Amino acid sequence: MNYQDILLKLAKGNEDYIIMTAENRAAIRNITEELGNQFLDTGITEQTLAGTAAGLALRGRKPIIHALATFLTMRAYEFIRTDIGVADLPVKLVGCFPGFLSEANGPTHQAVEDIALMRTIPNMHIFCPSDKDDLIKGIKDIAESNNPTYIRYNDQASHIKHKPFKIGEPEIFGTDREVTILTYGFLFNQAFWASDILASKGIKCRVINLRMLNPINKNLIYQLCSDSGLIVTIEDHYKYGGLYSIIAEIFIEQNYSCPVLPIALENKWFKPLLLNDVIRHEKMHPIDIVNKIENYLLRVKNEYFTEWSTV
Amino acid sequence: MSDLDIKHLEEASLRVREDVIRMSVNGGCFLGASLSCTDLIVYLYKNFLNINPENLKDPKRDYFFLSKGHDVPALYAALAEVGILERSRLKNHLKENDNIYWHPNRKVPGIEFHSGSLGHLLSVAAGVAYDCKVKQLNNKIIVIVGDGELNEGSNWEALLVANSYKLDNLIVIVDRNEFQANMMTEDLLPLNPLDKKFEAFGCEVKNIDGHMFEDIDYALNKLPYSKDKVSVLIANTVRGKGLPSIEKRADRWFCNFSEDEINSLLNELHTRIKSNLTSEKLFVR
Repeated sequence: MNYQDILLKLAKGNEDYIIMTAENRAAIRNITEELGNQFLDTGITEQTLAGTAAGLALRGRKPIIHALATFLTMRAYEFIRTDIGVADLPVKLVGCFPGFLSEANGPTHQAVEDIALMRTIPNMHIFCPSDKDDLIKGIKDIAESNNPTYIRYNDQASHIKHKPFKIGEPEIFGTDREVTILTYGFLFNQAFWASDILASKGIKCRVINLRMLNPINKNLIYQLCSDSGLIVTIEDHYKYGGLYSIIAEIFIEQNYSCPVLPIALENKWFKPLLLNDVIRHEKMHPIDIVNKIENYLLRVKNEYFTEWSTV
Repeated sequence: MSDLDIKHLEEASLRVREDVIRMSVNGGCFLGASLSCTDLIVYLYKNFLNINPENLKDPKRDYFFLSKGHDVPALYAALAEVGILERSRLKNHLKENDNIYWHPNRKVPGIEFHSGSLGHLLSVAAGVAYDCKVKQLNNKIIVIVGDGELNEGSNWEALLVANSYKLDNLIVIVDRNEFQANMMTEDLLPLNPLDKKFEAFGCEVKNIDGHMFEDIDYALNKLPYSKDKVSVLIANTVRGKGLPSIEKRADRWFCNFSEDEINSLLNELHTRIKSNLTSEKLFVR
């Protein structure tokens, strides 16, 4: 089953579901006819899409709305915050082509602050699948939940089989704790690959696929981080307001400090290119990730690492 | 509609206006905008909408949305007038023990949705109308928008969508008092010819005097104005209607009067003898 099949099955089984789009049909192209009046395309109107979805949710419907991640989270931000957020309505907001996935479109299409924006809305859940399999494993629970949810849509090919999905719980790969890499979205694949390379160099590494950035099992994340020598956050998002900020907040709440290496966008949009070239240009290729981690470890070795590796 | 019906509506309007005036003290409210749509809201709740204290959760009820949310004192008072909101709660305006504040919210019985940011509720109402339409209900979804509010492009976007989906159960009433916060609408972004603009977006339009109950009655009993189209009723109104000392005044948008001024305004409502108002003008909220 792919994403469209799952939505179609959900809609066929429950007439409350309504699949909507602001004329961005990429993720739902094959099911529009079959959905009948459970499909609603509002045209290129992200604000009206969000407002209309709120009205439908008031009537007890469960709207799943699709638009480009930038236009949805930014152009319609106030409608999402005010009509869906304030009323706490179970609307699912599917942001297509988020982060680097907008490839060569340019800054107009680069949703690299979407997490920062969405996490300011109380009760807004945030689901960031790392690939197609992860998306498929999570989407049913997400669709059935009663929270408004932002879905950072990603159906990139999967290279591993993911574990069963549970709202708010991360997926943990490995038990080694010299380095803990935290990531979400399609960069999980780069992180996973990087951890293999690091292992081959004798640097023991654990990878955490956050899956969701809200809610977050803060205790578990703190526990995993607090017995690790180095924390690395990897995201195709601004350093501010995304995962790095979330981890910093968790640490501050626990009055805890440790070496953290953020790999993220620093105060700039990324170079518009095809995806593999973006990854290389922005230095998030597995080799780049390995180099950054090795350099960081060398740099902090005298300050922290000796102490931590003997724990 | 009989003369007696009209008399009853006029009496209800006077009571609602009294309540609205009483809310413009100790912190104040958007008085002028509330008084311009009072007669429309009174007519809707007394004579038109299938909304009553018993059917507030009935999916087949009519829906009323106040998109220009700052005129909510008129709605609070009308809801009290028809027994949906406990009358004693009007005294809680701006009080910590209740949720009766400057813009609508769903914690107040009878209020379907919050507003305050302009240009939102046409799209929310379109969602409600779409669902009612596909369920083949015969209910009506009515939205009052301000004329100044029509500066917001989202209204026009929502109309394009609503007409595309033939939502003829959706009715837009424009409180055309010709003012926005600081000035007359035509002095900033002229809206006229307003009916032509709505028609160009696929709506069917009627124009009435928004203070004449016969006009309101006639126009609302002709719905829908055209099959498959959103009906738009442009109700020509007067900002501050009923209080000559603040009528059509740009500097009396938000009003926070003294107790003495309130008493004088309550008298003015019945006698039309202008009050001597000394409170701060051009209050900004």
